[in-house]
Amino acid sequence: MATSKTTGKVPDEQGRFGPYGGRFVPETLMGALDELTKAYDAARNDAAFQAELVSLLKSYVGRPTPLTFADNLSRKLGGARIYLKREDLAHTGAHKINNAIGQALLAKRLGKHRIIAETGAGQHGVATATVCAKLGMECIVYMGSEDIVRQAPNVLRMRLLGAKVVPVVSGSKTLKDAINEAVRDWVTNIRTTHYLLGSAVGPHPYPMMVRDFQSVIGLEARQQILDAEGRLPDYVVACVGGGSNAIGTFHPFVDDSGVHLVGVEAGGQGMETGKHAATLTAGRPGVLHGSYSYLLQDHDGQVLEAYSISAGLDYPGVGPEHSYLKDMGRATYVNVTDAQALEAFQLLCRTEGIIPALEPSHALAYVRELAPRLAKDNIVVMCLSGRGDKDMPIITKALGMT
Amino acid sequence: MGYQRIEDQLHVVTQRGEVGFIPYLTVGYPDVRATVLLVETLAKAGATIIELGIPFSDPLADGPTIQKASLQALQHGVKVVDCLDVVTQARKRGVKTPLVFMSYYNPLLAHGLANIAHLACQAGADGFIVPDLPTEESGPFHDACAVEGMALIPLLTPTSSPERVALGCSKARGFVYCVSVTGVTGARQDLAPDIRPLVESIRRSTSLPVAVGFGVSRKEHVAAVGQFADAAVVGSALIDVIGKSPRRQVRSHVQAFVAELTHVKKNAEQVRL
Repeated sequence: MATSKTTGKVPDEQGRFGPYGGRFVPETLMGALDELTKAYDAARNDAAFQAELVSLLKSYVGRPTPLTFADNLSRKLGGARIYLKREDLAHTGAHKINNAIGQALLAKRLGKHRIIAETGAGQHGVATATVCAKLGMECIVYMGSEDIVRQAPNVLRMRLLGAKVVPVVSGSKTLKDAINEAVRDWVTNIRTTHYLLGSAVGPHPYPMMVRDFQSVIGLEARQQILDAEGRLPDYVVACVGGGSNAIGTFHPFVDDSGVHLVGVEAGGQGMETGKHAATLTAGRPGVLHGSYSYLLQDHDGQVLEAYSISAGLDYPGVGPEHSYLKDMGRATYVNVTDAQALEAFQLLCRTEGIIPALEPSHALAYVRELAPRLAKDNIVVMCLSGRGDKDMPIITKALGMT
Repeated sequence: MGYQRIEDQLHVVTQRGEVGFIPYLTVGYPDVRATVLLVETLAKAGATIIELGIPFSDPLADGPTIQKASLQALQHGVKVVDCLDVVTQARKRGVKTPLVFMSYYNPLLAHGLANIAHLACQAGADGFIVPDLPTEESGPFHDACAVEGMALIPLLTPTSSPERVALGCSKARGFVYCVSVTGVTGARQDLAPDIRPLVESIRRSTSLPVAVGFGVSRKEHVAAVGQFADAAVVGSALIDVIGKSPRRQVRSHVQAFVAELTHVKKNAEQVRL
C-alpha cells in the first residue's frame, strides 16, 4: 500500500501552514501553549499514551466506524458510487469525541484536571462532557445563548453528564462568542485549566493537534475504501465550519494526488444575502481566535457574524490548514444553502435510513449535485460527521412538521 | 514624537517623584466627540500618557466593562478612521500628552500594517499596544512602527518566563506594560500580590519604564504600584465612571475620578503613616 508522503510537512515550528496559523494570543497564554506543544510532541511519540488512546477509541468510542456503501442513494442519483464514513456511529454521535479523548488524555499528562470547552452545535460540548465524566475531570462548557436555544437536547445531555454549561450572551451569542469566553476563562485560570478546543482552529498547536486526533477518520476511511473497492476514491467530501472533521478526513489523502478533496461550507440563505458562513469563499485572511486564516470581516477588520441553519457551521473563521489547502489548490471549497442541506437531509433519511446532522447534510447536498455528473465507476467518500437527533427541534420547525 | 515622547514624559514624571498615571478610553464611548473632550480633560488633569482603545468585535483579552464599551462604540458605527481622527482633533486642541492606541491585531492588519502605523503617526499618536500580538508574531508590525518612530509596547504577564521577559523587552520602545494578573481587563478589589517579582525581572532586562495595569482602579493601587513600578494603567474603572455618568456630567465625573489618581507621590505609603 502506497503511503509515501510527498508534500512538505505542515505546520512548521511556529505553527505555520504556509502563511496561515501562528499564535496571535495574549502573552498570558504563550507559556501554556509552549507547554502544550511539548507535551503533545512527547505524547505523540509515547507508546503508552498511544496505546491508551487507541484502546479508548476502540472500546469506548466504538472505532473503527463503518464505511457504508450508500447503494440506494447511489442508484437514485445515478452516477458515482457513494460511501459514507459513519462518524454518526461514534459514541456521542459525532466525530468530536476523537479529539476530545486525545486532548483529555493530554490534559491528564499535564496534571490539569479542570477542562473548559466551547461548543456550537453542542456536539463538542457533549463529547467533552462525556470524556470528562469517564476520566473524572471537572468540565465547564461555554455555549452561545442562541445555540442553547436551538440545540436544547445537547444542553440537557451535557448537564446529565455532569458538565456546567455557561450561557454566553456577548456578540452574536454563537460559537465565535463561546470561544471568546472560553479564552477569557483560560487566561484567568491558565495554571489549573486545559482548554479543550473542539475544532482545528486557534493558536498553534491546536490546528495541528486537532487535525492529528481527527485523522483517524481519514486513515480508517482510506483503508476501508481500499478494502472495499481495491482503489482510492475519486472524491473525498466533508463539511467545513471550523473544519475539524474535514481536515481529519482529508489529511491522510493529501498526498494522494488523484483524490479530489472538497470542503462544503454553509451558504446559509444564499451568498448574495450576506447571511452565510462561507468563510473560504467570501472571506479574506485575518486574525481571529489566535490564528491567521480566512475570515469573514468588514473593511475595518471587524469580524462579521456568520449565519447558518446549522449551529456547527455557524462560524466566521476557519482552520488555517484549510486556508493553506485552498491557496495551494489541493482542496476545493464550495458552499450550499440551508434549503439545499435540508433537502439532502430528507433524501438520506428516506433512501438510506440514516438521519444525519445538519452539518454533514451540507456535504451531502454537494454530493447530490456531484454524483450524477460522475461516471458509474467513480467513487465518492463523504464524511457523515454526526447524527441528526440534536437537530430535531430545528428540523421540525424548518419542515413545518409540528 | 513617537516613542521618544513617551519615554521623555515618563522620565519627567519619575524625576518629580510621582507615579505615572495612564488612563484608558474606548474610542467612541459614549461617542467620538466625547472621546476628544475626555482626552483633553485627562490631559489637563495630569495624565502621563493616554491609551485609546480601538473598538473590536471580539475583544478576548477584555472583561465585561470594556467589552460592553467596545460593542456600544461599534454599534454607533465607530471606525478605525474615527480613532485616528480623535488623535488629530486632540492635537489640534493643544493636547501634548503622549497618545497610544490599544488595538487588537485584526483591525490593524485590515488597514495594512505600514499604512496604519503611518496614519497613526501622521495623526499625532505615539505608539501601539496590541494585546493579541505576542513577541514571536510582532516582527512585521514592529518594523512598521519602527519606520515611523512609533512605540510598539509589549505586554508581559505573571506567566511570562524569564526567557519570555527578556524576549519581550528586547524589542520594546516607550515602556513595558506589565499585566498584574492572569486574567482579563477589569477593576478588582485588591492588587495582585505576585506582581513585584515580575516587575523586578523586567527591570533586569530593560532600562525602559514599567507600567502596571489590569485590576488597577484606586489611589491605593496606584500608590502600591508606585513602590516598584513607574506608572499605573487604569481602564475599566474609568470606563465604569463614564458609563454611569449622565451624558452632560461625563467630563466632570471623570475629572473628579482621576483627580486623586494623578500626581500620586512615589512615597505615598510613607506619607500616609
